[in-house]
Amino acid sequence: MSLILRKLTRDVPAVIGLTIVIIVLIIAILGPLLAPYPGDVAASHLTRRLKPPSWAYPFGTDNLGRDILSRVIMGARGALMVAMTVVSIAMAIGIPLGLIAGYRGGWLSEVIMRVTDAVLAIPQLVLALALAQLLTPSLESAMLALSLTYWPFFTRIVFAETRRLTSSLFVDALRGIGAGTARIVFLHILPNAASPIIVRATIGLGFTILVAAVLGFLGMGATPPAPDWGLSIAESRTYLPAAWWYATFPGLAILLTVMGFNLLGDGLRDLVDPRLRRSR
Amino acid sequence: MLGFIARRCGLALPSLFGLLVVTFVLVRIVPHDSAAAMAGDAATPEQIAKLTKEAGLDRPIIEQFVIYVGKVARFDFGESAFSRRSVASDIKERLPATLTLTFCALAISITVGIPLGVFAALRHNEWPDYVLRIVSVLGVAVAAFWFAIMLQLLFSMQLGWLPLRGELSATMSRPERVTGFLMLDSVIAGRWDALGDALHHIILPALTLSLGGLASIVRFTRAGVLDTLQNDFVSYGRAMGYRRSRLVWRYVLRNSVTATITQIGLLFGGLIAGGVVVESIYDYPGIGSYTVQAILTGDNQVMLAVTLMVGVVYAAVNILTDLVHGLVDPRLLDKP
Repeated sequence: MSLILRKLTRDVPAVIGLTIVIIVLIIAILGPLLAPYPGDVAASHLTRRLKPPSWAYPFGTDNLGRDILSRVIMGARGALMVAMTVVSIAMAIGIPLGLIAGYRGGWLSEVIMRVTDAVLAIPQLVLALALAQLLTPSLESAMLALSLTYWPFFTRIVFAETRRLTSSLFVDALRGIGAGTARIVFLHILPNAASPIIVRATIGLGFTILVAAVLGFLGMGATPPAPDWGLSIAESRTYLPAAWWYATFPGLAILLTVMGFNLLGDGLRDLVDPRLRRSR
Repeated sequence: MLGFIARRCGLALPSLFGLLVVTFVLVRIVPHDSAAAMAGDAATPEQIAKLTKEAGLDRPIIEQFVIYVGKVARFDFGESAFSRRSVASDIKERLPATLTLTFCALAISITVGIPLGVFAALRHNEWPDYVLRIVSVLGVAVAAFWFAIMLQLLFSMQLGWLPLRGELSATMSRPERVTGFLMLDSVIAGRWDALGDALHHIILPALTLSLGGLASIVRFTRAGVLDTLQNDFVSYGRAMGYRRSRLVWRYVLRNSVTATITQIGLLFGGLIAGGVVVESIYDYPGIGSYTVQAILTGDNQVMLAVTLMVGVVYAAVNILTDLVHGLVDPRLLDKP
């Protein structure tokens, strides 16, 4: 473990990513303590509408006079919560399916993998939008739609890893000493497939924040007055070009957060995949 | 070659069947009674029963699926609940705009991305490489809708250099429709003013759309070139006195672009999804803005047709990608 950490800290982009992720996590947890005006999530102050950035309001104020810095800070919690929920559900669906398909083989494996391919054949955003709409738009439907379209990524990875491991010597040995299927799959194969899963999940967190922001922007996710980043950008469009700060800062928050997860994910992938390590 | 194409198309069939099943299930999980929704609020139970019978919703589920597949095969997607026009003809009318936009975006990504990737590989672990790596991560991490708004803010609203939205100025008359492709029609009609105006309108959307692809093409080209540079034939070429530029652009690049080509194929799905957002922000009259409109009005027929179409296009592009692979590296054609 300490060896991995030492290697990771030598990779500058990965360290930048890790730092961003930690900062975003702290902001999400301590949000109400850090935000200068935590009440501005819902409150409105019509006397100070659309004020440009200043010392009192570093990111300016929006159309209802709410401090944009406070809303960006408060939005971090929502964004991370959505991303973590979606990735957890996707893992809960995708990993078992991948394990079954990879270990069992046969027609069941064919069926699972064909469905996986079919879902992967449609761009995630398009499918998620269609699903969210069919489930009647709300934050919960958006989260469900994102989970139901992200699990195939995990199934593919776990399937490939399981197939590889199933034919390996130690699994044969385990069978030989009479270990049960569940024991082999969950206690021995799954831990060996953990690193690609962790890498996928890290990148998935960033990706989900991005797609969730699109859903929020199109009005298929969070509902006002939630301080959702995507929703804020959508609301800001009426006030352009005068209130440039209104659209700019929530977008920067998305950019930095997603970049953090991507850099960290890339760094982790280089660590666990020796083939890639050579080429850098 | 023909055998390769046939085999590859055969491989795509199960996925296409899966696609039909997924979209069919999507329609069936609609929580409310679709016959009742079609009939409207004031419908009597008899009317609903009649509609149910007409739409075939009372038949066994397998039979319904067969009817659905038959309709899809005949490009019969019903009519839009919103515009009351045939979905198939709507799509046909809007497809050229999306194809043009996607093509332009892809062209930008490739012509800028591949040289940058090669450059980063040659300057491996020097500061140009670091800068390009960070920029390429930025390109993947940026929200396209936000980037689009920022570009509009700068180039249309502040500087006034480029138009804000649409594919043609309101004052410009549209050339006669021959192919449906606006730019091609302008050329055919000899309307150079319309062509210039259309080009002006496509710059910002194409730029926005190209960003994600650009970033991943840079990354994959860089990795591919770095790998190839370690081959013996590179040292041999150098020893034989080949100029560095000729060695890199003619021999190394050709041996390293296979991964990039796969990536370009994969990008296509991303470009179509990206188009959904980008087109609706720039009011570009393609499939993407049509999709958003359908989603916001709850137009299920349209959404279904678009989802299906995207899936089929994606499968077709995958086959095409494999073919291009074969052309670049003929050895692959013999592999099963």
